[in-house]
Amino acid sequence: MSYAFDFSDLSQYADVLLHGVVVTLGLTGVSTVLGGALGVVGAALVLRGPAWLRWLIAAYIELIRNTPFIVQLFFVFFGLPSLGIQMGEIEAALLAMTVNLAAYAIEIVRAGIESVKHGQYQAALSLGLSGRQAFRYVVLPQALAAVFPALLSQVMIVMLGSAVVSQISVQDLTYAANFIQSRNFRSFECYIAITAIYLVMAILLRRLCNGLGSGLFAGQKR
Amino acid sequence: MISIENVSKWYGQFQVLNACSTAVRKGEVVVVCGPSGSGKSTLIKTVNGLEAFQQGEIRIGGTSVDAPNTDLSKLRSHVGMVFQHFELFPHLSILDNLTLAQLKVLGRNKDEAADKGLRLLERVGLKAHAGKFPIQLSGGQQQRVAIARSLAMDPVAMLFDEPTSALDPEMINEVLDVMVELAQEGMTMMCVTHEMGFAKKVAHRVIFMDHGQIVEDERKDEFFANPKSERARDFLAKILH
Repeated sequence: MSYAFDFSDLSQYADVLLHGVVVTLGLTGVSTVLGGALGVVGAALVLRGPAWLRWLIAAYIELIRNTPFIVQLFFVFFGLPSLGIQMGEIEAALLAMTVNLAAYAIEIVRAGIESVKHGQYQAALSLGLSGRQAFRYVVLPQALAAVFPALLSQVMIVMLGSAVVSQISVQDLTYAANFIQSRNFRSFECYIAITAIYLVMAILLRRLCNGLGSGLFAGQKR
Repeated sequence: MISIENVSKWYGQFQVLNACSTAVRKGEVVVVCGPSGSGKSTLIKTVNGLEAFQQGEIRIGGTSVDAPNTDLSKLRSHVGMVFQHFELFPHLSILDNLTLAQLKVLGRNKDEAADKGLRLLERVGLKAHAGKFPIQLSGGQQQRVAIARSLAMDPVAMLFDEPTSALDPEMINEVLDVMVELAQEGMTMMCVTHEMGFAKKVAHRVIFMDHGQIVEDERKDEFFANPKSERARDFLAKILH
């Protein structure tokens, strides 16, 4: 056990690491917005949509939740081109991450909607709100507040899981580490560095979102 | 104002409403009472279409509640409803609770809606709480806000579904006071309640239900002085002591 750590030349790769951070956060941000929106729409359809659509969504959720993310990624990036659907590695990563997050988000948001008392919906209807308005202004805000921590956890899982997109040569943070260690052969130091960066990013993001959440959902602690 | 004709409702095989007929005239206060499970809450919820029914007809101001061409949302916006568990929207401030439907349903502008909301909060004695959230208010206060929320829509009639039965005893009167005031101003009201003091004070008629049927539908004095049915006599004996 006489490994001599040497972080000295990592600093010259700072821009590579920074680029990796930006790509990882960017992928996470975009897939969170898209996946979250799909989650809300999907949850509403699962609860209220026509039977065939519910079945379809249920099948989609089962498919995504019971297969590895990296296989889903390869399916999109290496599989779809065989059907003539070509896309760049960033687009493929975004698509895979969005499709993955949406499946979990639908389940989470659905649970949130079901946790809102039926009386709330009735009260909204009794004031003359349409079913859609009652959902939008009364049920959904409460549902999202209830499941916000669970949604946030899922986003974190997606962010950390996005490390595998380096496998299709998306230049994310993990790709940066692979790239650097192939140059300086200091793989241990490289992975220590990105481990620390992932850790700090995750903790900061979680804090930030929790703060945002408690501001957004003020007054609702039941 | 409200006419209920021969209304029946089933949950599967179980009949919860059995050929109920009655009417509430403009400015009339009708109290609906009866043992639990008698169908009184179900009946009042059929009036604004929150509960569907399979037979009969309900009209509000001439408009049929379950006709296919009825704009049910519009109809509901004219009929206030107060629930047993208040059902204030927990994610909105007290004032926003009062303005939401004014903005989204009546299309009032923000200032107009807030004005109206604050005036009604003042009326129920809660103007100082406008910026708070429902959770910060007591049950009695929440129910008064709920009444104000309904009044903000300028309803032609008000439905009350056991408005005081989820309240601590010392909070019941503050809610009843608001209801009495409304009744005295001539609001058309249909109230499911066990508060016989309230009924004696302001009701014009009392409806007694049992097993999904309207057993008695009498003028107040008549109902309290000599209830016709055995079941109503039993019921009154149990709750009036």
